Amino acid sequence: MKLLVTFSRRKGGKPIIAQVVRETGVLINVERAVIDSSEGEALIEVPDDQGRLVSETMTALGAHARILDHGITVNESECVDCGACISICPREAFTFDQEYKLKLDEGKCVLCSRCVDACPHRALTLLL
Amino acid sequence: MHKSIDQINQRIREGSARVVTAEEMPSIVAELGERGAFQEVDVVTTGTFGAMCSSGAFINFGHADPPIRMERIWLNDVEAYGGLAAVDTYIGAIQQSETREEEYGGAHVIEDLVAGKSVELRANSRGTDCYPRRTISTELLLENLNQAIMCNPRNAYQRYNAATNTSDRALHTYMGTLLPGSGNVTYSGAGLLNPLSNDPSLRLIGSGVPIFLCGSQGMVVGEGTQHSPAGGFGTLMVTGDLKKMPSDYLRAATMSGYGVTLYVGLGVPLPVLDIDVVRATAVRDEDISVDVLDYSVPGRARPSLRKVNYAELRSGSIEINGEEIRTSSLSSFRRARKVAEELKGWVEEGKFELALPTQRIDPRKAAKPMHQTAAGPRVLDIMDRKVVSIGEEEEIRAAARKLLKGGTNHLPVVNGSGTLVGIVTTFDVSKAVANPGKAHLVRDIMKKKVITTTPDEAVDIAVRKLEQHNISALPVVDAQNRVIAILTAMNLGKLFGGRRLK
Ligand code: SF4
Ligand code: SF4
Repeated sequence: MKLLVTFSRRKGGKPIIAQVVRETGVLINVERAVIDSSEGEALIEVPDDQGRLVSETMTALGAHARILDHGITVNESECVDCGACISICPREAFTFDQEYKLKLDEGKCVLCSRCVDACPHRALTLLL
Repeated sequence: MHKSIDQINQRIREGSARVVTAEEMPSIVAELGERGAFQEVDVVTTGTFGAMCSSGAFINFGHADPPIRMERIWLNDVEAYGGLAAVDTYIGAIQQSETREEEYGGAHVIEDLVAGKSVELRANSRGTDCYPRRTISTELLLENLNQAIMCNPRNAYQRYNAATNTSDRALHTYMGTLLPGSGNVTYSGAGLLNPLSNDPSLRLIGSGVPIFLCGSQGMVVGEGTQHSPAGGFGTLMVTGDLKKMPSDYLRAATMSGYGVTLYVGLGVPLPVLDIDVVRATAVRDEDISVDVLDYSVPGRARPSLRKVNYAELRSGSIEINGEEIRTSSLSSFRRARKVAEELKGWVEEGKFELALPTQRIDPRKAAKPMHQTAAGPRVLDIMDRKVVSIGEEEEIRAAARKLLKGGTNHLPVVNGSGTLVGIVTTFDVSKAVANPGKAHLVRDIMKKKVITTTPDEAVDIAVRKLEQHNISALPVVDAQNRVIAILTAMNLGKLFGGRRLK
């Protein structure tokens, strides 16, 4: 499952993800991270049965972790199957099926939101 | 061998006409041969569904009491044309809302009307003896309008050049989002299903010909604006009754950073009169090629990176300079198919008869560029030739002195042979002076990535560079990258006088 972690970086603070890996022994796959001088946001993937453990450890360390149930959502009544989103997604989450209908592989989505504005029909939303 | 339009219409009325889509035609011709296909097929239906910015609708509201001659008109805060008499207006698809900007525009007004939603009309007038009323404001449904006639000056482009972007920043264009470094290619058009690609000599598609327009029967008015079939870029002007349109084939959209547009579904049924029609409608995606243009070049003549056909574009990726680049369509092939299929159904059921043009469209025309009596200002007209630059080996203190004396905030940095290698600003220098550290030379603190302009560049393009990079000066360089002048926000102030920049 995917978790969205937000944390603030205090001076001398320890790298929180590394700390959680060490304390829990869970392998964390960082799919995306934006970190600047004062705060950070990371999207991580962990085995389904260890999501709660990771989330609780993160919280104990002062971060905020939220389990994400969904990747990007396609609103079928707005989507016209143009395909403008296909070449925009860095993870190739979108493809056409045989009938040129848009297909989404939600598991590939790393919630980067790049496709949201690129969809001319405002059919894509990120529920964060 | 010839079939007349009357014979074909007779078969349509009897329900015995054989109708196929333009997508089915190539394999029928391959299988039966041209003669066989001619005998077999009576009508070929075409279809396209994509962004057609030059679209809109004439609306007649009927008269109010007391009557008004509307001069300025808004529909849901989107301004409509007020230069027509009394209660007529034209709402253009790309006109943007005064309050919601690119998220809502004329296209959305049309979409909302067709979807049965109410739209607020606001209008004002100076009042005349015959039209005393000065303002009006009312909520309207499509059914409340006296007339709503879609009339699109430029639809159904025969083909459209694909787009990419070789610059290092993302571009937001009517061709969608173009990722930096040729990160993607976008294209538009239904290829082998495109109406004009199946009748490039414009024998069958012309004034008065009945068509599928946004899900109901419409008509070709004549050639569209920018009609340029000589180079393979014909267009159509079309019309249809908005009141009869379902909402499936008419969709408002927003190209982020560019603006509002309208997706239109349009199809033309083509009567198979003779072998020439068979040949033309056997066109395949492979036969229709376009250029891949580099949209990072802001001029009219964008360079082409390569030729590509619709089969390659539709395959999902193409190669440019040895790299595989993913392609995205902006128009919907799935819906283009639906248009052609639905139209096929109408003809098969005898609900839709064909007609030949009452007036043919010129198949040889080439669109002309704008005649510009005055070229817009160029950088050389306003640039500051008294540019002060500094050598990369000089000390930071020297830069500070030059900045103080020169009354400028920017110093282009040059190397021994006088070519531009960087830039320093008052801010860079003050920072270095305030925190004396390892940096002693200009080279150590300069920004190496310099955005430049040239004397011949249009001022408007230089202004976009300033805005995009959020900077206030551009060194002006010659062909050898030597600094010959500088262009600052102050120079622009001189030029624009009354005409202010955003
Ligand atoms: S860009 Fe939007 S409308 Fe087009 S296929 Fe993707 S989700 Fe659908
Ligand atoms: S949010 Fe990012 S990763 Fe997810 S589908 Fe959109 S572009 Fe792809």
